[in-house]
Amino acid sequence: MAVFNRVESPRKAEDAVFDQTILAGDGWAHELQPGQVLRIVDLEGNQAADTLFYDADNPDDHYSAAATIVGQGNIYLTAGSVLRAESGKVLLKIVADTCGRHDTLGGACSAQSNTVRYAHEKLHMHNCRDTFMLQLANYEGAYTKRDLAPNINFFMNVPVTPDGGLEFADGVSAPGCYVELQSMCCTLALISNCPQLNNPCNAYNPTPIRVLIWNS
Amino acid sequence: MNLIWKTTMRPGGKWSGFVGRGKLLRFTALEAGANVSMLMYNARDLSERYNMPDTLKAQHTSHLTRGHVLMSDNGRAMASITEDSLGWHDAICGYSTREATDIKYGATRYQEQRNDWLRSGQENFAVELVRCGLGRKDLVPNVNLFSKVYCDEDGCMHFCEDHCKAGSTVTLRTEMDILLVLSNTPNPLDPRNAYPAVPVLLEVLPAAGVESSDYCVNYRPENRRAFENTWEYYALMGV
Repeated sequence: MAVFNRVESPRKAEDAVFDQTILAGDGWAHELQPGQVLRIVDLEGNQAADTLFYDADNPDDHYSAAATIVGQGNIYLTAGSVLRAESGKVLLKIVADTCGRHDTLGGACSAQSNTVRYAHEKLHMHNCRDTFMLQLANYEGAYTKRDLAPNINFFMNVPVTPDGGLEFADGVSAPGCYVELQSMCCTLALISNCPQLNNPCNAYNPTPIRVLIWNS
Repeated sequence: MNLIWKTTMRPGGKWSGFVGRGKLLRFTALEAGANVSMLMYNARDLSERYNMPDTLKAQHTSHLTRGHVLMSDNGRAMASITEDSLGWHDAICGYSTREATDIKYGATRYQEQRNDWLRSGQENFAVELVRCGLGRKDLVPNVNLFSKVYCDEDGCMHFCEDHCKAGSTVTLRTEMDILLVLSNTPNPLDPRNAYPAVPVLLEVLPAAGVESSDYCVNYRPENRRAFENTWEYYALMGV
C-alpha cells in the first residue's frame, strides 16, 4: 500500500441510491449498511473532506487513525486501504481512488486549534469540529465531544518527511477526483466539508463536494 | 530537586493518576528498548484530552522531542518536553492490542503464566480509563515515549530497533492538572520476537515556574498561543 493505487470505479452515477452535493462549510451524517459503497467527489479540486466513521452498532467504537496506519504500515490511504476502528474492527475498505493521497494525521480544524495555529482572533471562524458537533447534536446525546477522534482528510496532502517533519503541501487532487469506500458493517459516516480559510492548500477557497451511495 | 514520588513500571505494567500542573515527569529507561504508551486528560474536565493531530500540525512535526508541547483538543498546552536524551518519541503508532500481542508473542493466560502473562496497551488503557470514569470512546492516538518510527517518502513506516539505549531519559513538565495514563507495553511496530518491554522509572519532581524565556513556550509562535490559552483557562478559574 506504499504508493498511489489508482483504481477507477465501475459504478455509474445514475445507479446510485443517494446523490447529494455538500457545500463548503456544511456537514453530513449518514448510516451506511454493510456492503454499501460511499463515493466522495472533490468537485473543484484540492478540497478537504474531513471524515469520521463509527461502528453504528457500537457507537463508542470510532475510527482509529493509529490502528488504520499501523495495520497497513503506511500513513497514507489509497485503494486497498482498510479503515479500522479503535477496537481493531474493520469498518470500511477503500475500493476506488483517483486522487492518490489522503491525510490520516492532520485531523480536523477547530475554533481552539485555529487560535493556536493562526491567531487568537480566529476563534470566531467556522471550523470542522463545530460542524461535526452540530451533526452529532442530532443524535439526542448519543454522541458527545468525547466521540470526536482524529479523522481522515480525504483529498488532503500532508506529507511526512523521513526526518520527522510534517507539512501542509499543495493538494494532489483535481476537479472530479474521487474516493470510494465500501462499508464492512453498519457504519455512521460523518463529514465536514472543510471551511478553513487560513490554509493555503485549498487556495483559501473552500469548494463543494458530492457524495453518492450505491448498494454494492 | 526534591523528589515528590517515584515508581518503577515493570514490563507490561500500567499506571494512572492525577498530577497537578507545575511538575516534572522524568522517565528513565532502565534497560534498552523501552516503550511507554501515554495518554493525558484534563483532570478538571476529562472530556478534554491530548490530541495527536492538533499537536503535530501546530508544530509541523510528526515526532516529539525537546521543545514540543502536547496540546489538547481545546487548544491548550497540557505538557511540554523540557529535556530529552533521545530526540525522537513516536506520536503516530498507537498502542498494542490483545490480538496483535497474541499473534506476535504467543497467546498467554494468567491461568498458566500468572503475572508473567503478556499485557497489551489496549487492555491496560481500558482498565485505567474505566477506573477513572472514562471508557472506550476516550481511546485516541497516544504518545509512545522512547520509540522512533519514521516514514519514508512513500509513507511506509519504519521502526528503529536500536533507538533507545539503557539510561535514556525524557522529561515532561505538566502545564495543566492532568490525568496521566501509562502503559509499559511494546510499540505496535516493534519487530522483535521476544516481548520487548523493559522496566521504566518514573520520577515526579517540582518544576520551576515557567518564565517568559522558556524554551518550550518560545519553540514556535503556535506553542506560545497554546500556553496563553492554558494560562487564560486557569486565570478565569482563579486557580
